[in-house]
Amino acid sequence: MRIWLLNHRNAIVLALRRLTVAPLNSLLSTLAIGIALALPAGGELLLANAAKLSAGMAAPAQISVFMDLQADQRTVAETDKQLRQHAGVKTVRFVSRQETLARMRAKEGLAEVIDMLPTNPFPDAFIVGPGDDQPQAMEALAAELRRLRHVEHVQLDSAWIRRLDAAMRLARMLVASLAGLLGLGLVAIAFNTIRLQIVSGRAEIEVSRLLGATDGYIGRPFQYFGFLQGLAGGAAAWLMVTGIAWWLHAPVADLAQAYGMEFILQPLAASDSAVLLAVAAALGWLGATLSLRQYLRGA
Amino acid sequence: MIRLDAVGKRYPPGIDALVDVSVEIADGELVVLAGHSGAGKSTLLRLIAAIELPTRGAVLVNGQNLSKLKRRAVPYLRRNLGLIFQDQKLLFDRSVFDNVMLPLAIAGFAPAEAKRRVQAALDKVGLLAREKALPIMLSGGEQQRLAIARAVVGRPGIVLADEPTAHLDTETAADVARIFLEFQQVGTTVLVATYDNALFPSARRLRLDHGHLL
Repeated sequence: MRIWLLNHRNAIVLALRRLTVAPLNSLLSTLAIGIALALPAGGELLLANAAKLSAGMAAPAQISVFMDLQADQRTVAETDKQLRQHAGVKTVRFVSRQETLARMRAKEGLAEVIDMLPTNPFPDAFIVGPGDDQPQAMEALAAELRRLRHVEHVQLDSAWIRRLDAAMRLARMLVASLAGLLGLGLVAIAFNTIRLQIVSGRAEIEVSRLLGATDGYIGRPFQYFGFLQGLAGGAAAWLMVTGIAWWLHAPVADLAQAYGMEFILQPLAASDSAVLLAVAAALGWLGATLSLRQYLRGA
Repeated sequence: MIRLDAVGKRYPPGIDALVDVSVEIADGELVVLAGHSGAGKSTLLRLIAAIELPTRGAVLVNGQNLSKLKRRAVPYLRRNLGLIFQDQKLLFDRSVFDNVMLPLAIAGFAPAEAKRRVQAALDKVGLLAREKALPIMLSGGEQQRLAIARAVVGRPGIVLADEPTAHLDTETAADVARIFLEFQQVGTTVLVATYDNALFPSARRLRLDHGHLL
């Protein structure tokens, strides 16, 4: 067990030495990996922020319920009661036809037109706030409300939610495929770096094998190298994304304020950062392992 | 114990390096493998070290048939072999000490014990004073002795040496030969391939001629 630990410690030391022996190479590789990972990481940051923003805006999602003009006060009161007792309904606001008429008359130019009409053309209406603002739930609730007696028309004010939802889903898929492609790129970078190292260290590998080294012993420093380089690349990506987020912080707040919103660009969450580093290290290790397997099987 | 049973080795496109070789080498024996250049001496050593596999027959080392040895098991066979190559295969980017340290690091020796053994091995071949030197700074004879120190530092049961005295003057060659005799005296099996008939005059000789054992 002690010898096993010693072996691993030696392998890590060797890997670190190889990283530092060619600092420019290591730096460039780290940068390449970092940039490759910064793109999906940055995308995730934007998505996380957009999700938060849209969550804040989804609150006023509402359903308008218009009664028909024949509905009398008793029917309206009944509907009001039904709405308030409905499990899927959170808030109900009644807008009477007189109220709407008064509001419309107050608008410039409309008063004369309305005065010319023989009767009040506006129906009684309810503004319903759903308990669940997911598009599907709202759709279902609207369908249910349409079946109420004396309800002429139900309008779902959630088209934009659906659009936003679809856009977010698309963006998430784009980020995921970007992450997949660039992750593949990272494996390729690690694969190639290790291949070059194997080529330059072939004499040592050959001698080590003749002296009784196992594949594990020979491969371990290379795997640690891939792991460490991936980790360094992940850290570089994290620094880039965090740096850009910090840099954009003030302009984003200004822009939000111009739209009358209060919005603060959040940096990468701790869990996302951990995933970024873990995935980067794992992909580096994978690239190294594949490269080794190819070499050791061939030799 | 090393045993070869009707061993043949044929390289493509049909060149026979060894033909129907059968021989037994007992534990603790010192055997000289003689023959002209290209007679198959190096091939025979490579078969015993499982660097190559025979195309016919069987090579047994301590009762293990090397053709049936799993790939995973080969390193553990090699740890019991001390290999000295014609081209020495020293690592020129590290010191004399580190070259000899390599087999012990591979076998997983504790550092203190390993250091003691490396120094003992270097002392035996007369290179202790040069442990910090790089191999390139050594003379041909010193490089040869370094290769021997690396081969024996792990105290293997079998030492295989391919032309260990090539390119050495007579006096240095005699020094090297003396080192091999010392190993044999402590019970190591030693198999030395050499074209030099003056070396080890009293040892058992196996003579190869165009792949045939005479």
